[in-house]
Amino acid sequence: MTTQVSTEDLLRELAPQVIGAVARRYGDFADAEDAVQEALLAAATMWPADGQPDNPLGWLVRVASRRMTNQYRRDGARRRREELAASWSLAPSGPSSGRDDTLILMFMCCHPALTPASAIPLTLRAVGGLTTREIAAAFLVPEPTMGQRISRAKAKIKASGDPFTLPPASQRAERLRSVLHVLYLLFNEGYTSSSGPDLARTDLSGEAIRLARGIQAAVPDDPEVAGLLALMLLTDARRPARSSAAGELIPLAEQDRTRWDRSLITEGTGLITRALGQGRAGEYQVQAAIAALHDQAGCHADTDWAQILSLYGLLETMTGSPMVRLNRAVAAAMAHGPETGLAMLDGLSERLGDHHRFHSVRAHLLELAGDSASAIAEFRAAAARTTNLREQQYLTTKAARLATEPAPFRP
Amino acid sequence: MRFMLLQNYGEVESDCPPMAQWTPADIRAHIEFQQMLNRELTGRGELVDAQGLAGPELARFVVWDGIGAPVITDGPFPESKELLAGYRLIDVETAERAIEIAAQASAAPGPGGIPIRQPIEVRQVLSAPDPEV
Repeated sequence: MTTQVSTEDLLRELAPQVIGAVARRYGDFADAEDAVQEALLAAATMWPADGQPDNPLGWLVRVASRRMTNQYRRDGARRRREELAASWSLAPSGPSSGRDDTLILMFMCCHPALTPASAIPLTLRAVGGLTTREIAAAFLVPEPTMGQRISRAKAKIKASGDPFTLPPASQRAERLRSVLHVLYLLFNEGYTSSSGPDLARTDLSGEAIRLARGIQAAVPDDPEVAGLLALMLLTDARRPARSSAAGELIPLAEQDRTRWDRSLITEGTGLITRALGQGRAGEYQVQAAIAALHDQAGCHADTDWAQILSLYGLLETMTGSPMVRLNRAVAAAMAHGPETGLAMLDGLSERLGDHHRFHSVRAHLLELAGDSASAIAEFRAAAARTTNLREQQYLTTKAARLATEPAPFRP
Repeated sequence: MRFMLLQNYGEVESDCPPMAQWTPADIRAHIEFQQMLNRELTGRGELVDAQGLAGPELARFVVWDGIGAPVITDGPFPESKELLAGYRLIDVETAERAIEIAAQASAAPGPGGIPIRQPIEVRQVLSAPDPEV
């Protein structure tokens, strides 16, 4: 086995440190991020041909700085800053570690002034080291569109006037919540998306996990960070069993559990156990604990529904979210019978409106209760309202199966 | 040259029922056919984009006069059969090739594997003017 790191992996590893060094030297995150993106692209073409430089980090900082200087030279209004910058040493500034830079960058990219839709691509580029082209392909938009989205995000950060440092301690906790929220959405995007034809997409879930690992390494004592990472690992562990070879969705109850990734489950379970031990439970930790209970069940019937039900109760108290209540109804149905779950759904339709998840949960519970005719109608209603292609196919097929196949024997 | 191949919820030429009433095996065969066609077009360098749209239940019509509040109409629509269900955007050498692909798409399998004869609207996408010589 070779331990040689590919150019691509090395560049992505170094990206946050290079941006950190250049942004600190020039005091401008937005421009530094552009210059580093160009330096990374240059390295990606030159290194495989000419060989890797002895000091890759220094090479990237030098090339990016040169681009910054050239751009400032073209931009007369910035002459003073250029002179200031040129007078500084070209050695990477200070002993700042990659971890610090990753953390500062994450706080910048997940700035509260940004919506998640613009924070996510900016994070992928600045912290993840992905190219604009790769990010555009992952989100199925043209490259110039994605480039603009990233530029506009950076303009907003610039307008906020925040310096390239860690946010003050008083804001740290709140800012960390936005970072975690962005990573959570990024993970879900990768986990559930499948729009369009089956084109190769960058592995967004894997990227979210990599970024979450970076945050966890930087703030190892935050139980919610550990909780989010654990939630991702415990969910991702089921990915190999989650769809058929043809790409069809396979629900949890029907998955081949031998295909689940045991090492991810072990790692995630260890993480969440230690995090919960700190006695500061939060939303991600509770969700991870639920995921761990699912992962630990040898088969669907062995699931500890009673404990999952009480965890959803805790989560509902924390969030007040109707979606959580929907999941709690499923757990209640599994623990105490479908009628209990269906009764819990009664008051929910007003709050959830016509959401497809409401219809699909009702459909599953009606099917469990043996009311096929109502279940078929609800599966069809859910299929008509989902915006996910795979889910639409799954729900349509579910309705078809109930409508065309004889009802299974129910003791 | 680029073409849009459009399909709506309108009635197909064969008298097959809506997909919600097919057997699971027939639904699977239909989906696999669509995916295979996309793979084939990608392999030939002809597919630009292919998308299915969420159902008419989620459709909205928006009209604004630029002054007051926009008028937003949601379903159910009496003419929902005229709504777009999905499209393929293809980039092909000739108009004949676009027709050929449309024909393939039209013969997607329905119940029992019988082609559903889905009408495919073939529309050329306007291109930029040719460079002046």
